[in-house]
Amino acid sequence: MSTPHRRRLTTLVAFGLTTTFALAACGGGDSFEEEGGDGDASAPASAEGPASLVMLIGSSGEAETAAVEEATAAWAEETGNEVEVRPATDLGQELAQGFAGGNPPDIFYLDASQVAEQASQGNLYAYEAEDNDDFFPALQEAFTYDGQQWCAPKDFSTLALQINTAAWEEAGLTDEDIPTTYEELATVAETLTEGDQVGLVLGPGIDRLGAFVVGNGGWWLNDDATEPTGTSEEVITALEYVKENMAAGSFAYAADVDAGWGGEAFGTQRAAMTIEGNWIRGAMTNDYPDVDYTVAELPEGPAGPGTLLFSNCWGIAAESEAQAQAVELVNYLTAPEQQLAFAEAFGVMPSRQSATEDYTSAFPDDAPFIAGGEYGHGPINAPDMVQVVADLNAQLEGLRDANVQQVMESFDTNASAVLGQ
Amino acid sequence: VKAGDPQRQQGAGWLFVAPAIVIIGLFVILPIGMALWVSLSDWGGRGSPFSSDVNFVGTDNYSALLVEPGLARQDLMISFRNTFYYVIGVVPLQTILALSLAVLLNNKFLKGRTFFRTAFYFPSVVSSVAISLLFLFLFAGGGAINSVLGWFGINGPNWFADARGLIHILGDAVGLWSISDPPSWMTEPSVMGLSLWQWFAGPSVALMAIMMQVIWTTAGTFMLMFLAALQDLPIEVEEAAMVDGANKWQRFMNVTVPHLRPAILLVLTLGFIGTWQVFDQMYVMTQGGPAKTTLTPAYLSYQAAFDSFDWGEGAAIAFILFALIFVLTTAQRWLLRDKDASAQSRAERRQRRRHRQRTRITEADQRKAQTS
Repeated sequence: MSTPHRRRLTTLVAFGLTTTFALAACGGGDSFEEEGGDGDASAPASAEGPASLVMLIGSSGEAETAAVEEATAAWAEETGNEVEVRPATDLGQELAQGFAGGNPPDIFYLDASQVAEQASQGNLYAYEAEDNDDFFPALQEAFTYDGQQWCAPKDFSTLALQINTAAWEEAGLTDEDIPTTYEELATVAETLTEGDQVGLVLGPGIDRLGAFVVGNGGWWLNDDATEPTGTSEEVITALEYVKENMAAGSFAYAADVDAGWGGEAFGTQRAAMTIEGNWIRGAMTNDYPDVDYTVAELPEGPAGPGTLLFSNCWGIAAESEAQAQAVELVNYLTAPEQQLAFAEAFGVMPSRQSATEDYTSAFPDDAPFIAGGEYGHGPINAPDMVQVVADLNAQLEGLRDANVQQVMESFDTNASAVLGQ
Repeated sequence: VKAGDPQRQQGAGWLFVAPAIVIIGLFVILPIGMALWVSLSDWGGRGSPFSSDVNFVGTDNYSALLVEPGLARQDLMISFRNTFYYVIGVVPLQTILALSLAVLLNNKFLKGRTFFRTAFYFPSVVSSVAISLLFLFLFAGGGAINSVLGWFGINGPNWFADARGLIHILGDAVGLWSISDPPSWMTEPSVMGLSLWQWFAGPSVALMAIMMQVIWTTAGTFMLMFLAALQDLPIEVEEAAMVDGANKWQRFMNVTVPHLRPAILLVLTLGFIGTWQVFDQMYVMTQGGPAKTTLTPAYLSYQAAFDSFDWGEGAAIAFILFALIFVLTTAQRWLLRDKDASAQSRAERRQRRRHRQRTRITEADQRKAQTS
């Protein structure tokens, strides 16, 4: 009874495996040839005749999608090409699927923290847009990995200090008191902490705390991103500064005041001040239109002004068959007039210095944000660092009770392990 | 060849199963085979994993996760710890809840049975993403749960932002240790990259909120399985027990539960497998936070692949999780086996063996007798 049954099962498994390998062989076949274009800036793949480009964007909403669609349609009209704009729900995952399937979008948003990772995997086609030196140097730097700039900065955001006007006046503070040093920041935060209201609310993790590290003249990694510098004096001092103020109760994380991020805490007025980027404007107008606030540059640290800079670039796939056309499209989209149109439509800051003046005159309130373009620091830009950074962020969630030295030692160990490879 | 020819029937049989084999081969065996290959390779997520520039790296991915001290192993161990607490919390509670609901609903004199059946089953039908979002609001710091707790003068925690472990909290409450300053005998010794303090954290407050949600959603499904099994229970047995003077509790423990043994085994096994694989809730609600206390192997595998593009490691985590589930469910089946039945079959086996031995001995005797 059991023997024939077992034999049939073996045949079945054997058959299944044969099918597997046959299919696998088919799947593997076509990718052997297509290995051109790896970061080879000299010879972009150019489609014959009118090209049809696919663009994947991580859109912030309706307004952004519409603006990008409009701009690309205008370019397509002008050049006779076609562009299909696809807003992604999970940009990273959809990109990964595209790369794995050998059929990525031709052009896509790429976060500065992802550039090294994608470049080291050979997914990116390295190019420079027209007049590359016009981009803020810090942005060029943010998209440089392995001595090469991989893509053209799309736009950028920086962190600045938001102050609740009502709370400020109630505490008897004036424009003179707007903090310009870390000591002053601690003092006004203490003054503003009252009852339910906390002086300064921060989002957790290195994307906010990093600003204090920059202000202290340090960074998580060395300049070449080859070695971690977590236990350097600058980093430790910065974290200790935040920790002390948290222990004193005048600084808090957003979660401590029952908010998802700094902007929410600021909107619900649990925070008298917060440190967020220019994206907070949209949230405040839509969700908390009644809260009056002013924006100031971040106070200067012992080593001078310091803020963080976040940016996306227009990535072009190494596998794209129409790289030349994609670069042309980027040139069109990063032209100063186009960047100003995007700024108008969905509130991003132009990555070109030549557009700064027009931008500041159109949006004078954003001067503190755009000032950060001069001294801001881009995100950690090294491959394989995602898990290491995630671990650091997880540990920094408990900063108030943490042993800073130990936290940073573990970061150094973890980072050395991946950077040393 | 005649129609009834066994040879020909075999051909027809193959023909009939061919679609199933093709579909299973394409959608089950092929992906598993590919994943196994990826877990042994250094594929970076570009092009086909079978292309020529993907290298075989042996068990490197596995040893990074299990042997070499480092972040990969630490994260995997954290995820195992979290899921372990999650499983031992969720599985017994959801089984007991499902069983109690089923017994209640099996009462013929209960009014509005259909309504309750639908109501209890409802959460299982609703998408887990929708329910997760609902629970995010319920358990928000200023949410409904904390307002209700507030009526009793309890200051509820900020559930999804609270990384403190249950054992840590309890120990702190009875004065065994202080959370902000854990004793060195707990923090010093480190096992597989985590200190004893971390191993014995217990489920974090955030994880407990997720556990409550999962128990609430899955109990309905399992209740249905118990209900089906209960309907098989012959009324005569129950009546006989009643005649014997058994009270309600005795009838439940000595008649109903033994009768439900196969259903309980099924529910426990499905519960174990489902809880070890938990993913949606973490993806929607916490992304592994706060402080990695809701990180699970399935979510870690996703993160490794899609966030850090470490596809080999992601696939390896999946296979380690598979092995773990396989071993644990086997152990669980062995522990919960029907002891009477297995004792009986063992006795039978022993008897057969003895019988065989005896015949062998007699044969040998006979042979000896013949040669001499």
